[in-house]
Formats: sequence, C-alpha cells, structure tokens
Amino acid sequence: MAPLVRLLMARLAVSLLTLLIVSVLVFMATELLPGDVAQAVLGQSATPEAVAALRAVMHLDQPAWLRYLTWLGGLLTLHPGHSLVNDLPVAQLIGSRLPNSLLLAGLTALVAVPVALVLGITAAVWRGGAYDRIVGLLTVSAVSVPEFLVATLAVLVFAVQRHWLPSMFYEMPDRSAMQLLRAFALPVMTLSFVVIAQIARMTRAALINVLDSSYVEMAVLKGVRPLRLVLLHALPNALGPIVNAVALSVSFLLGGVIIVETIFNYPGLAKLMVDAVTTRDMPLVQACAMIFCTAYLLLVLLADVFAILSNPRLRHR
Amino acid sequence: MSIASPARLRRRIRPAGAIGLAIVLFWVVMAVFGPFLAPHGEGSVVSAQVLDASSRAALLGTDYLGRDMLSRILFGARYTVGVAALATVLASLSGSMLALWAATNGGWSDAIVSRLLDALISLPSLLFALVVVAAVGSSIPILVLTAAVIYLPGAYRTVRALAVNIVAMEFVKVARARGEGAFYIMRAEILPNIVLPVLTDFGLRFIYVVLLLSGLSFLGLGIQPPFADWGSLVRENIEGLAYGAPAVIMPALAIATLTIGVNLMIDGLHGRPGDPHGH
Repeated sequence: MAPLVRLLMARLAVSLLTLLIVSVLVFMATELLPGDVAQAVLGQSATPEAVAALRAVMHLDQPAWLRYLTWLGGLLTLHPGHSLVNDLPVAQLIGSRLPNSLLLAGLTALVAVPVALVLGITAAVWRGGAYDRIVGLLTVSAVSVPEFLVATLAVLVFAVQRHWLPSMFYEMPDRSAMQLLRAFALPVMTLSFVVIAQIARMTRAALINVLDSSYVEMAVLKGVRPLRLVLLHALPNALGPIVNAVALSVSFLLGGVIIVETIFNYPGLAKLMVDAVTTRDMPLVQACAMIFCTAYLLLVLLADVFAILSNPRLRHR
Repeated sequence: MSIASPARLRRRIRPAGAIGLAIVLFWVVMAVFGPFLAPHGEGSVVSAQVLDASSRAALLGTDYLGRDMLSRILFGARYTVGVAALATVLASLSGSMLALWAATNGGWSDAIVSRLLDALISLPSLLFALVVVAAVGSSIPILVLTAAVIYLPGAYRTVRALAVNIVAMEFVKVARARGEGAFYIMRAEILPNIVLPVLTDFGLRFIYVVLLLSGLSFLGLGIQPPFADWGSLVRENIEGLAYGAPAVIMPALAIATLTIGVNLMIDGLHGRPGDPHGH
C-alpha cells in the first residue's frame, strides 16, 4: 500500500503547489494596476492626506510580500476583505451567489455526463461508420462555436419563436417544480451542449485507445459478444481517462458558466465576478478567481486520484 | 464493431478540408480588404429602421443604430481575425521556441519551465483574462498579450512533447557529436521533423483565441468602442434577440464559420494530434 499512498501524496503536493502559484499570479494582478488602489478608490481630486490615510487602512504602505501573506491568510480564514464598490464583506457577497452557481453546475453535470458517455461510447464502438462521423462532426462544431451563439440560438428558437421557455432567469421566492424546471431549462441546455461535446470526444478517444489494445483483439478472437466486450473488457480500463475527461471539461463548463450566467441574468458567482471586473472591484475579483481555480484544481485532483485507484496495477502492488 | 483498415482511411479524400480552407481564406481576405469591399462605412447610419431584417439596402439587416450589418461585420473581420492571429502567432512562436530550447537542453531548465507553465495551464483561460482585464483594463495590445500568455503553455507542451522524441534520435546525437550548436540543432534537425503537427496545433490554438476574445468582447470586456469585433457586435445588438434580428445572429454565425472552417481545414489537411487514424 505504501507506493500507492506515496503516489497520492505526490499528486496532492502538486495540486497545492499549483494553487500556491495561482494565488501568487492572482495577487500580482493587483500590483499591475496603474497607479494606486487608494487613489483609484478616492478619485483624482482626493487630498494627499486622505490617500495616505486610506493607504494605511488598506495596508498599502506595507511591502507586497507582507500584503500577499495577509491576503492569503484572509482567504484561508474565509475573511477575504471588503468590496471596494459597496464595502460589503466579500464573503457575504460570495456566500449569497455560490449556492446558485453550484446548483447550475450540478444540474448541468446531471444532464450532460450521462448523455456524453452514451454518445462517446457508441461512437467508439461504431467507429468509422456514418454514426461516428455524424457525432464527430457535431461535437467538433459544438466545441468550436462560441457559447453565446448556442445561447442566442436557443433563446431565438425556444423563447422568441415558440414561447415555450422564458428567455431570462427571474428569481422568485417560491415557485412550483414546473416553473423551476422551465427557468433552468435554457441555461442548463446551453451549458450542456458544449460540455457534452467535450466529454463525448474525449470518451471516444479514450475508449478507442483501449479497443486497439491486443487484449481486446484477443477477446474478439475468443468470440466475446460486442456488448460484453465493450462494457466488461474495454470500459474498465478506459475509466481513468474518461473520468479525467469529465473533470477537464469542467474548465469548459467554467467558461460557459461565465457567458451563460451573463446572458440569462442568472444570479450566480460568475455573474458576480463579471460585474466585479466591470467595476474593477479587485478584492471581489481575486476571491472569485481563487474559488473558481480551487474548485477546478480540486476536481482534476479527484479525477486523478480516481484514475490512480481504479488502476489495478497500482492498487495491488 | 468494425475495424477499419488504415489503408482505406488513408485513401479517403477529404472534401471537407477544401471547404474549410476556402472559408478561412475568405475571412483572411475580408480581414485585409473588408473595409474596401464594404457597401457602407463602419459608422454610417443607412436606415431609420433599427434592428431591421434583411433588405435590399442592408443585406444582413441593420444594427441598433440603423447601421448596415454587412459592413459592420466586414469591418469587424480585422479585429476578430487579425487580433486573434497576432495573439496566436505570438503564443505559438514564443511557446515553440521555449519548448525547443527546453527539449534540447533538458535537465533543470526543462523541469522548471515545464512545472511553471503547467501551473499556468491549470488556470481556466477566460478566468485568467478576466483577472487581467480587471487589473489593467482592456486595450488591443493588452488583449493580444493576455491571449498570447494564456495559450503559450499549451503550445509549449505540444512542441516539447514532439521535440523530446526527436532529440532522442540518432541523427541529433550525430549532430551533437559533430559539434553543432544548440541553435543549429533546433533549426535544422528538430524543427523540420515537427513542423506539420506544430501547424495543426497553431490552428487549434487560433480557434481557442478567437473564442476567448469574442467571449470577452461579448461580456463588454474585450475590444472597446469605437472598434467592434464580432463578439462586440453580438453584445451591442443583443436587445434585437427579442425580434429575431439578424444583427444578433449574423456576427455570431460569422465566428462559427471561421472556427469551424479552421477545424475542417485541420481535419482535412492531415489528422489532428493524438488521432492515430488521422493520417
């Protein structure tokens, strides 16, 4: 068991190191700001005394490395400072939006992952055929089209022309399950579209890799039935790369979430971050960026751990 | 389950590649000559009907101020195609050069550069761009540089993986034994052997850059008025969506034709990397 534990620990260390480098990069972004945050907050007409006082309050008179450590400490203790725009605690702003984004991402995963796996597996099994080529063409097109095209087309068809679904996301205190379903339909559909294509492509590639190996050829020659061959012989070995594909596609999900929350006016974390970027509210931008990066790295880490654990050669050493 | 023979796959002609090439060439020509071919000026109002449907005066309808959409799209081509091409060239050139240097040198320099760039690659691209725009604002040079930095690690990774295999070859050892310098080995021994997959990688990276920059513009955080790329055109006309105005859909479709065109071209000319049946 020792080598396995060492492998897992090494993987965890890489993730933590990456997160540390990311935090330095995100923090350094503030340092790039031309001029001074205090000056920017108070405006050009502020007296030098007022700027100096605010600099002291914001600890801008301290060296950068010390401010970095303070900022990092604040993040770790869940006190990432206050918004520059409305002075609300960043933690409170994020706390009110995070559950919404998690709900959206969760619903999307619930829809997208099963559909994508079926598409990817069937395309790999019938590789080279007409079905495979159609799925291939559709998925390539889907990943190379901007998310806002998918969103606008979906709104055009389902909301403007057919009036089946609302084109905006409205918050209502208590609504029926049916209303909730209709409200989420378009955002989830748009997001799923891109994510399905991504996962399906990678699933197909992973499974084909395994189908090409000699033990599968042996099984074919032995006369194993196709369904059994794919599900019991090939799939278990492709599981690691497939889980990895699912985790990596989260990065596409993230880009999509930013666009989709903006288009549908969905009160999530990504919308909060885009608004913060527009008003250049750096503490809020930094905190949002760190949450997204941490979530992303965590998912990739979990996928890698799963891949390591699902590999019998590593498990039974 | 059918096992396709490689020979049959090789012989399959790919008309899709020619179509892709034609689309891409069309947009490149438009990026250069679009302003001369446009029927109206970039900012001139041609109709009192705003967000109008297609008509004889305005083939692709009018925008939210009554300007000709066709002209707006033709003028926008240089921002979408040009800026993305510039950023991609920058990312691919610097990434490839760094990768060749790391692969030829090996050892510590290779390990450190690879580790650092791996950290950079794990940042979701749109997120990275948002942080930069929040910090330093948005102008064309900043957008080009940001996109180049975001996609440099990917180019580095691809080229390094390719170059490392070549570095291990006999003829590189021979060149080293002959006393050739590192630069000669990179240029004359390694580069010619990896040029095709590197070009494919360039095409894919171009697609990512186009999608990133138009996404930013769509959020209002990319190319700023009075300049307008296709992403900005979608944004400024978004209210026309309620009437199904072509002003919203057409610029988005223009982006889609460009990126799908590049994809078809890559697929048709030679397989994509990692696809054993692509050749």
